[in-house]
Amino acid sequence: MTLNPQLNTDGSLRHLLTIDGLPRAILTHILDTAESFIAVSEQEVKKVPLLRGKAIFNLFFEPSTRTRTTFEIAAKRLSADVINLNISASSQSKGETLLDTVDNLAAMQADMFVVRHAQSGAAHMIARHVAPHIHVVNAGDGRHAHPTQGLLDMFTIRKYKGEFHNLRVAIVGDVLHSRVARSQIHALTTLGVPEVRVIAPQTLLPTAVEQMGVHVYHDMRQGLRDVDVVIMLRLQNERMRGARLPSAQEYFKYYGLTQDKLALARPDAIVMHPGPMNRGVEIDSAVADGKQSVILPQVTYGIAVRMAVMSILAGN
Amino acid sequence: MNLPDDDVLTLPNADTLIAQLAAAIKPLLTENSVLVGMHTGGVWAAEHLHPLLNPAMPHGSLDISFYRDDFERIGLHAQVKPTRLPFEVEGRDILLVDDVLYTGRSVRAAMNALFDYGRPACIRLAVLIDRIGDRQLPIAADFVGAALRVPAHQHIHLVRDEDANLGLKLVDIK
Repeated sequence: MTLNPQLNTDGSLRHLLTIDGLPRAILTHILDTAESFIAVSEQEVKKVPLLRGKAIFNLFFEPSTRTRTTFEIAAKRLSADVINLNISASSQSKGETLLDTVDNLAAMQADMFVVRHAQSGAAHMIARHVAPHIHVVNAGDGRHAHPTQGLLDMFTIRKYKGEFHNLRVAIVGDVLHSRVARSQIHALTTLGVPEVRVIAPQTLLPTAVEQMGVHVYHDMRQGLRDVDVVIMLRLQNERMRGARLPSAQEYFKYYGLTQDKLALARPDAIVMHPGPMNRGVEIDSAVADGKQSVILPQVTYGIAVRMAVMSILAGN
Repeated sequence: MNLPDDDVLTLPNADTLIAQLAAAIKPLLTENSVLVGMHTGGVWAAEHLHPLLNPAMPHGSLDISFYRDDFERIGLHAQVKPTRLPFEVEGRDILLVDDVLYTGRSVRAAMNALFDYGRPACIRLAVLIDRIGDRQLPIAADFVGAALRVPAHQHIHLVRDEDANLGLKLVDIK
């Protein structure tokens, strides 16, 4: 009997709901497998027959372009049949519950659900509910987790930096509301990054964030000093209205990434951003488009990482 | 070479088989030939064959995990290795190398994988061991190091020690 609802009794991965609590070996296996899928994207025929005949449902209860599209491409490159559902616009507006929606789709012989939902825990609830042969991938739930984003970020870091054990990584911005930041922190600490920093105003940090094993900086210039990786987070516009911040201009002044602030990091530091970017709010265009930016490779690697996750789950 | 298992001594010497294969293959090579080893034993064998054939010949490695026909039963293999084919497959004469030809299923998967990179002019198969009996597909090797009858309860495969020396090994199936 396992306490982790993501794992089968033999310890293999059945669902991917959160990185929190997953052993390093599973994360490394996903990254190694993704490495092999990179080669598939270079084939003349960018497709392998692994998930032929499988039906994968993309259940997006919250809008998304990048994540949904890369999951769709990943599934298609695995030869699965992909069905995209934008549910905010359909059944739920007619009053159907989440689990009723899932049951109906399962009755259409679904093999896998990729779930994005504004409510933390939505993917867990679906995973507990579905029949044993169905796999669930969390594509972002509320403020809780976005594990495939965390994994593609780790893949990107490993591609550029090679190892994790000698790195300083800074995560900058709205950690409080960010499921991406939570998944990144769990992944970085699990993979053995010795120093993970978060840089943000107090109003954008969760209470007791130090307990996740990170060092807190409020001064961006101090926090960026000598880091190997800078991960910028998206500042959600609605936070401004919630009076957590005075203005976008002031935020950019203190926490926006500019070339002169980036110069404090190591000269070979890479700049990452999960997207979508607010240019001129959390990141200056010169940095976003600069030579240290790996923001577009992150998107490309996202496909291979999602292929790895889906093929590993479907085989377990 | 020092290998722990006595079984190895009863099997043909891997280096001798590779030298014999190289001698048989070499006269048939063209400027269009490329060498492709199948992970993992076939890659090792191809690495040893390569200098004996033509050190200038392009060579690559192929992982067939994504093309196997037993994914439904056993899932993805624990260690998927990257496929590296640093040349155009289109129009090439491919010499495919594996350590053991048995059921023929791996070779079927390898051919499917290669065709997703392009349309080769031809594919020829070289194996160290042609395991007799139990072929499940209409596949035969063009170059064979040795044909062997192996008891049904055993696997035969190539092993490599720390100094990259190769040897053949019998293993009981659990």
